[in-house]
Amino acid sequence: MDLGFIFSSAAGELFSPTTAAYALAALGLAVHFGYSGLLNFGQAGFMAVGAYGFAISTLTFGVPFFIGLLIAVVCSAIFALLLGIPTLRLRADYLAIVTIAAAEIVRYIVTTNQLTSVTGSANGLAAFEAGFYSMNPFPEGSYFGMNNRDFFIRVVGWGLVIICCTLVWLLMRSPWGRVLKGIREDENAVRSLGKNVYAYKMQALVIGGVLGALAGMVFTLPRGAVQPANYGTELTFFLYTCLLLGGLGTVLGPVVGAMIFWVVLSLTQGILYGLIESDAVTWLNTVQAGQLRYILVGVALMLLMIFRPQGVFGNKKELAFA
Amino acid sequence: MTEQRNVPMGAENIDYMTDTRPIAADETAPGCKKRDPIVVAENVTRSFGGINAVDVEYLEIPRHKITALIGPNGAGKTTLFNLLTGFDTPNSGKWQFEGNSLAGVSPYKVARMGMVRTFQLTKVMGKLTVMENMRLGGSEQPGERLSKALFKGMWGGREKEITAQANVLLEKFKLDAKKDDYAASLSGGQRKLLEMARSLMVRPKLVMLDEPMAGVNPALTQSLLDHIKNLKAEGMTVLFVEHDMNMVRHIADWVVVMAEGKIVAEGPPQEVMKNPAVIDAYLGAHHDVDLGDAEGIKELAAELVADKESIVGTEDAGIIAADVVATEPDEPQARKKDIE
Amino acid sequence: MRSTPRGLSHRRRGGLLKTLGAVFAAVVAILLVVAPASQATTPSPTPSPSNQQFQNSISGFLRDDARAPIADVTITAKSGDFTGTAKSGANGSWTIGVPVQGTYEVELDESTLPEGIKLAEGQENPRTVTFSQTSNLSVIFAFGKGIVVQQQDFGQNLLNRLVAGLSFGLLLALASVGLSLIFGTTGLTNFAHGEMVTFGAVLVFVFNAMSLPFWLAIVLALLGGGLFGYVQDAGLWKPLRRRGTGLVPMMIVSIGLALAVRYVIQFYFGGATQQLPYAQSAEIQIGPVSISPNNLWSLIISAIVIALIGIILLKTRLGKATRAVADNPALAAASGIDVDNVIRIVWVAGGMLASLGGILWAYYRPGVTFDMGSQILLLIFAGVTLGGLGTVFGALIGSVIVGIFVELTTVFGLAADLKYVGALFIMIVVLLFRPQGILGRRERVG
Repeated sequence: MDLGFIFSSAAGELFSPTTAAYALAALGLAVHFGYSGLLNFGQAGFMAVGAYGFAISTLTFGVPFFIGLLIAVVCSAIFALLLGIPTLRLRADYLAIVTIAAAEIVRYIVTTNQLTSVTGSANGLAAFEAGFYSMNPFPEGSYFGMNNRDFFIRVVGWGLVIICCTLVWLLMRSPWGRVLKGIREDENAVRSLGKNVYAYKMQALVIGGVLGALAGMVFTLPRGAVQPANYGTELTFFLYTCLLLGGLGTVLGPVVGAMIFWVVLSLTQGILYGLIESDAVTWLNTVQAGQLRYILVGVALMLLMIFRPQGVFGNKKELAFA
Repeated sequence: MTEQRNVPMGAENIDYMTDTRPIAADETAPGCKKRDPIVVAENVTRSFGGINAVDVEYLEIPRHKITALIGPNGAGKTTLFNLLTGFDTPNSGKWQFEGNSLAGVSPYKVARMGMVRTFQLTKVMGKLTVMENMRLGGSEQPGERLSKALFKGMWGGREKEITAQANVLLEKFKLDAKKDDYAASLSGGQRKLLEMARSLMVRPKLVMLDEPMAGVNPALTQSLLDHIKNLKAEGMTVLFVEHDMNMVRHIADWVVVMAEGKIVAEGPPQEVMKNPAVIDAYLGAHHDVDLGDAEGIKELAAELVADKESIVGTEDAGIIAADVVATEPDEPQARKKDIE
Repeated sequence: MRSTPRGLSHRRRGGLLKTLGAVFAAVVAILLVVAPASQATTPSPTPSPSNQQFQNSISGFLRDDARAPIADVTITAKSGDFTGTAKSGANGSWTIGVPVQGTYEVELDESTLPEGIKLAEGQENPRTVTFSQTSNLSVIFAFGKGIVVQQQDFGQNLLNRLVAGLSFGLLLALASVGLSLIFGTTGLTNFAHGEMVTFGAVLVFVFNAMSLPFWLAIVLALLGGGLFGYVQDAGLWKPLRRRGTGLVPMMIVSIGLALAVRYVIQFYFGGATQQLPYAQSAEIQIGPVSISPNNLWSLIISAIVIALIGIILLKTRLGKATRAVADNPALAAASGIDVDNVIRIVWVAGGMLASLGGILWAYYRPGVTFDMGSQILLLIFAGVTLGGLGTVFGALIGSVIVGIFVELTTVFGLAADLKYVGALFIMIVVLLFRPQGILGRRERVG
């Protein structure tokens, strides 16, 4: 078992584009759930809308990169509006059920064979990233052991994370953010003070959804492919685990949470595979080791929620529920 | 600054007293016209699963007065509050605030028109500081618009104004020492005070307080009563829900009594207390009554048993009414438990 | 209120246990009746265990027009650069494991057919087939002269789908009634309910694989489901309620539990689709409706069980206590109802119902997989939400609507792989116009 390799690949997860994507999507959830109390269980759907919106507009309509980006963002905003209209007046659990259902609807629609020419059905879409990489300002070469493409996507992904975190921080310290935090605790009280709760929730839903769509793009660009199987309900629940790891009502929580999530996953996988290869563990095969990770995520989610709902860095006094 | 203007109640209220028709044993109890109403409700009904929670034929709330809304649990007081403020939609009826119809107006717009309420179960944001709670009440904040929220320059000025306004109110409500604490750390009574102070941040014309005294430590009730009186002195109209007749007698200019969704009586507190319909409403359905001393209750109960109109002493009265007559010395404790 | 005698709760508890015992006995009795009956109507093929390393499979049975099995015929499935081949076994069954769900071209090698047997006229070969939601895809090749691809008329098809939808809806209702009871009494939106559904089916498979009699496997699976519910409540939810944990955190805990249980099941059960005994059966004709015997039994069993639940809720002390707790737990406790006991019974009953639903779902799909429950979790939610959160009869009606809607959408031209979309969509639309659901009540503010 090569511990050096295991640790270096775990450390590599710290700044991988996938971690950036998870951080962005979890930041969106922080806006939804952490700050506004909106129980969005369909963040995977927002990510899918972002990824497919971008891929389809690039492949089917041949639009340039930034137009594709804009289309993806607009699509996710519309998706948020469509979800918000029937549910934002209802109790939190209705929003949860409707968003998870809507995310599954999105996944079924991009999986169906009826639309194979547009969505590629179960195989998904590929080869839409050329426009992105053509903007790569870094000449070929080695950057911290990465090639220029890998380096470019990391710079863009984490640059986006930093920008979005700053924007969310600015929003949340403003009176606008104060109203959201008020809504999180008791929307009727906020309503009784003359604030249009519905509009605020809708704005929060759209902002978090757009963050999800951006995350979908950051997730899909380095892979050069988008496949519906990646956008199942599990993805949303992993994002919740990230969010809870880092702390709900904080800006950096989702980022730190995503980093912890991926480093821990990578470490457990590396160590388990190493043990299996060196025959130290014989009651597991590599497939089961993969499943063991999911079990760990589930158990971690439960334990976090029960024993440390404020996350690793959150402030318990500011947590919306106790 | 307000103490001096606080005129003794009786003298000022004479106009309203003459306005009022004497409240006879009229079960339907039609509401009476007021000289200067701020709220007018007509035929407002709301039913839950076949039970009429609210069935108000006509009700006016007098401006610049303190009106108490009393009645046993389940009389529909809170539901009426919800209907008037847009938190619930009536099955029928129309109601207006300062001449503007409120039918179909959403709660936040009602609040912006100057009709601000508090809640029976106090709603303060425990995870925000006392000051942030207060600021949340501030109206016309540019920083609450998404388009301006990012730039502190665009809302910093207004933020200072509302902070100053909040400081004045907090001082008045003796919460200034707590302003940087999380509201969750406040006692129940302090929360009631904070909720009331916060609602004043909106600069309302009509303040609607749902059980402001419930759960408040007796040491605080007097100052709460003073605050409510001061609101009137400052030109606001107050409508509040309360169980306790003694407290009502101290501060209310006008009392409206509800039972089973209907307005069964209204008038100045002294007269309403003598009204048999009120006593029946309380004794007939609810044991949380405190009509003064225990002897009085026994006498009244005996009278009601004899009275054919009253259900007390009949089979319809059920276990609860029988309980009241039998175990009345325990009542004060029972009531406290109820509230907590 | 105050005069309610304390002794009542003891008597009530005795009553509760008795009723529960009666329900259970009834369920067992029904299943006892079913077991030999289904044995009688269906042949018992075992699917050939080839290619089990893949999660998805294409399979079928080759039978000639006299329904005799055809052995040793080569069948190939192709998609992109994947090619899988299988030979039909002695009982005519064949299975090709495939790596991903998608569209496959399945070809029967006609040169390997025995003498004198030919594909029916009009039978496409090769034919293109597509996975819908299930991980197993059945492909039928018609042989001989008479049985050309059946051209069902629209009305016939509609009727068949309607009955199938009713059957599906009722099995959903079994699970959603449990979910709704749990929601009603504890306020928990339990995302782990799908795993309770899976659990029942997996237990039947496991007990059956231990070569226990089929009926015993089912009884044990139901007991296991009840035990799972009991353990969940006692070990997790009751302590959390004691701590005063909020409903949203509990919901997220249930998600963690769902993930953990789902992958624990996969850990031991594997990713493959397994069949329960008697899973394959030919359709039978009852009047104008053609239905598979399994679906028919499923329909009858779930209808009877649901009727029993209805009677229990409306007529017995247990039912009244349950409804009282659902309405207002504090008041129920004050009136001498042992709330914890009612909740415990609701969890046990919910677990058993989910197990039963899971077993029936395993026959409906057909097949047992580790994620079969989570596949219908959203449909269960849709049913519960449609009917009104927390209302038991609403959950029943909502589920039946969802079941029928899912089956009918294919009749009206929606692609089979989109059939769940219709049901989820209709749920969102209903929430738009009747937020409290069909039977729900609006709540008071403040």
